Amino acid sequence: MSNKSKHQDGMSLISKTISSFMTALIALFGFYIAFYGHLTPGGGFAGGVIIAAAFILLTLSHSKKVSLKKFPDIIASLLDNFGALSFVALGLLGFLSGAFFMNFVQKGKAFTLLSSGTILLANIAIMIKVMAGLFAIFVGLSIFGRIVAEGEKGDMR
Amino acid sequence: MMVETLCLVFLIFAIVGSLIAVETKNLLSAVISAGVVGYGLSIMFLYLGAPDIAITQVVVEVLALVVLIRGTIAVDNISIGGPRDTLPLFVALVFFGVFVVLGVIALGDMTGFGNPMMKVSEHYLLNSVKETGSSNVVMGILLDYRAYDTLGEATVLLTSILGAFVILRRQGKKEIAEKDYEHVGILEDE
Repeated sequence: MSNKSKHQDGMSLISKTISSFMTALIALFGFYIAFYGHLTPGGGFAGGVIIAAAFILLTLSHSKKVSLKKFPDIIASLLDNFGALSFVALGLLGFLSGAFFMNFVQKGKAFTLLSSGTILLANIAIMIKVMAGLFAIFVGLSIFGRIVAEGEKGDMR
Repeated sequence: MMVETLCLVFLIFAIVGSLIAVETKNLLSAVISAGVVGYGLSIMFLYLGAPDIAITQVVVEVLALVVLIRGTIAVDNISIGGPRDTLPLFVALVFFGVFVVLGVIALGDMTGFGNPMMKVSEHYLLNSVKETGSSNVVMGILLDYRAYDTLGEATVLLTSILGAFVILRRQGKKEIAEKDYEHVGILEDE
């Protein structure tokens, strides 16, 4: 890739520098929200959306190439299905101790990270699913929009 | 009383925002003023003591706003024009009146603010930490007592994402996608 096109990809240098710091912090906050969902307000869904927003910030400030290199859309689609399947698998594993979605893991001391058995695992599954799915939708929507716009411009000529 | 007044203020705020979103001619300002509804709702939830829903609401609102603005910029023609038909407006007004009357009748029979009809919530509040080990009662209900409902929610999300992926990817898979990535940068100059 030539030097000129490297400068043209994405936004200005200031937004690129700030957003490459902020992406990691936003993603870390998303993981915190998801992992501590059973102790503090939040949960898998909100955490997953925050991590997806971090990747979307990376896409908007840098180019689509950078974020798709870190998180290809095929991987996103696979992770989406993996999250959904592991959530169902958690429910089915509950049959081992009696019922669908039974809390079969030994519960720890209250108010600690491992206090609540399957709730932490379910939160992680939902986080993976929501993160991958929303990022995939954003990638799909923006590619689609650009193709339509280019087609219309071509028609006008 | 204080909370109810605040809720009233934010409800009026949200209604004004949605009216502006309907009436304005510019698509971008319509999208931004539609976001007012979500932010007003999230502040209301925060004051009503539901931080879980407030977090989810504000996060989803930000994401939806970014995606909508991104979609709006990609479209060249962003102003809405043309005369408005009278028949749909008339039908909408009639239905609005019917729903207001039915709503007044139905809401008159409800229990007071903060006094739920179902007593099962007391059991959840008293026993959630003991039975599920989750000190956040909302998460205990969502992923332990009512995990079956959450499974349905996750299924809805999975199905909609699969549908969006199938519809948005109009052409075949690998070669065309790679060709698209080559000339699709987000802010690529032309």
